[in-house]
Amino acid sequence: MHNMIVIIKKQLRDTFKNKTILIQFIMFPLMSVVMENAITLNDMPENFFTRLFAVMYIGMAPLTAAAAVISEEKEKNTLRVLMMADISPRQYLCGIGIYIWTLCMAGAAVMSINLPSSKRLFFMTVMAAGFVISIVAGACIGIFSRNQMMATSLQIPCMMVLSFAPMLSMFNESIKKISAVFYTQQLKLIFDGMSFDGITASSVMILCANALICVILFLLAYRRKGLE
Amino acid sequence: MIKCVDLKKSYGDNEVLKGISFDIAEGQIFGLLGPSGAGKTTLIKILTGQLEYDSGTVTVLGKDPGMLSGDDKKKFGIMMDNFGLYERFSCGENLAVFADLYSVPESRIKEILDKVGLTNAYKRPASDLSKGMRARLQLARAFMYSPKIIFLDEPTSGLDPQTMKAIHRIILEKKAEGCTIFLTTHNMEEAAELCDNIILINEGKIVEQGRPEEICRRYDHHKRIRMHLSDGEDKEFERGESAAEQICELLKNGVVETIHSTEPTLESVFLELTGRDLEEER
Ligand SMILES: Nc1ncnc2c1ncn2[C@@H]1O[C@H](COP(=O)(O)OP(=O)(O)OP(=O)(O)O)[C@@H](O)[C@H]1O
Ligand SMILES: [Mg+2]
Repeated sequence: MHNMIVIIKKQLRDTFKNKTILIQFIMFPLMSVVMENAITLNDMPENFFTRLFAVMYIGMAPLTAAAAVISEEKEKNTLRVLMMADISPRQYLCGIGIYIWTLCMAGAAVMSINLPSSKRLFFMTVMAAGFVISIVAGACIGIFSRNQMMATSLQIPCMMVLSFAPMLSMFNESIKKISAVFYTQQLKLIFDGMSFDGITASSVMILCANALICVILFLLAYRRKGLE
Repeated sequence: MIKCVDLKKSYGDNEVLKGISFDIAEGQIFGLLGPSGAGKTTLIKILTGQLEYDSGTVTVLGKDPGMLSGDDKKKFGIMMDNFGLYERFSCGENLAVFADLYSVPESRIKEILDKVGLTNAYKRPASDLSKGMRARLQLARAFMYSPKIIFLDEPTSGLDPQTMKAIHRIILEKKAEGCTIFLTTHNMEEAAELCDNIILINEGKIVEQGRPEEICRRYDHHKRIRMHLSDGEDKEFERGESAAEQICELLKNGVVETIHSTEPTLESVFLELTGRDLEEER
């Protein structure tokens, strides 16, 4: 427990120094608040921007943050020093995960201010689940990559697909069909319903399948590469 | 404390360590010398459990390095190139992370930074440090808590004589506290000054080992005395009775400017044994 807190403290210290990641955390919440209040079109669905950016936020911020933090720590050889100080891989990964999840939830809370208060619990719950899947996916990339370059080149296509497919699916039927297998698309559908009752069983199943695949990939990457 | 018997290690076809044996007693400063590529860093990695070895037996803290628990590893202080720093963190913040992990009071951070001469760099990010300053910060990290064994991979390479002295002082302090210290170096003077015992390795084998003075004496083939006289003349004498009178005479006349015995330095022993110069390899 103590070790995990040290990792979280270290990350918190780094938050304001690591500008590229900080921007990821701030950009979408900020954009959604601004757009939501600045732009109103006649036949626009309610909370259009919040819902749109929420999905993109899930697809981008936790994924890139997890991949970047872990791969950087490998590249700069600081992970080795931590391991030598009796931090277990599990403590390390949990620490990083909790840190990213918490920051993302703070971002989600900012996004939720435009929602009616009755929807906030629903919104935060769905966001929380989405962040977890994305963090695991990002951790896969981080563990698999030798350095930051490699992590970036892996994470960009993943991020593109996960974040943009749901948006493009609004305009194109075939993209919509394909992207249905991704958890971000399902999250978008869930946000379209905007209530716990609107969540379909198939959405839940696809979310679980995505989560399972991420965990399996994670374990495979971990077995093959460890944390060195 | 640390013991190796017939340790072998290859990288593919490249056999780097070809049967190394040594035994380091608790509280010693042990020096590992050898030209670049001799396998010094490899040996430290094996001893600290970062790298597997092929054959032989290795015991550190009474265990095989692969079996060391996290608690055991916490008894190590390690300074080597592949132990990184947090680039965006200042010196103080870098140490703070580890002060937390090793339950060292925060006040110790300033203290140790003062000791390695980084007082003014307390707030400076690690990415802005010079090579020597980085090395000192890494040293500070290894010295901050009270490890049982300290591994130092070329701790003073690239440092100025003054800082080097300061580092030597800390190393000796740690020794006085009962620490066992394992260091590698290219610097023969440093080895002679600090180490209780050294081994010289070349091409994967131990070519010489023992106390530095002993080794030097062992290679004192010439046993001569060399003088420089005030008239500019250089004179050499066999050490012995006949020379003693002549030397005495010269000394009485006050014409001797310098007088040396020709016993070799570690450096010249090394050259003799390896046929190559440590310094020129770098
Ligand atoms: N990961 C590796 N894979 C393959 N060969 C390696 C690896 N690491 C080291 N070697 C080889 O092992 C030999 C010993 O390397 P090592 O780094 O231990 O030398 P060293 O004595 O520390 O040298 P230096 O004084 O330059 O630091 C070298 O020939 C090197 O090429
Ligand atoms: Mg080396």
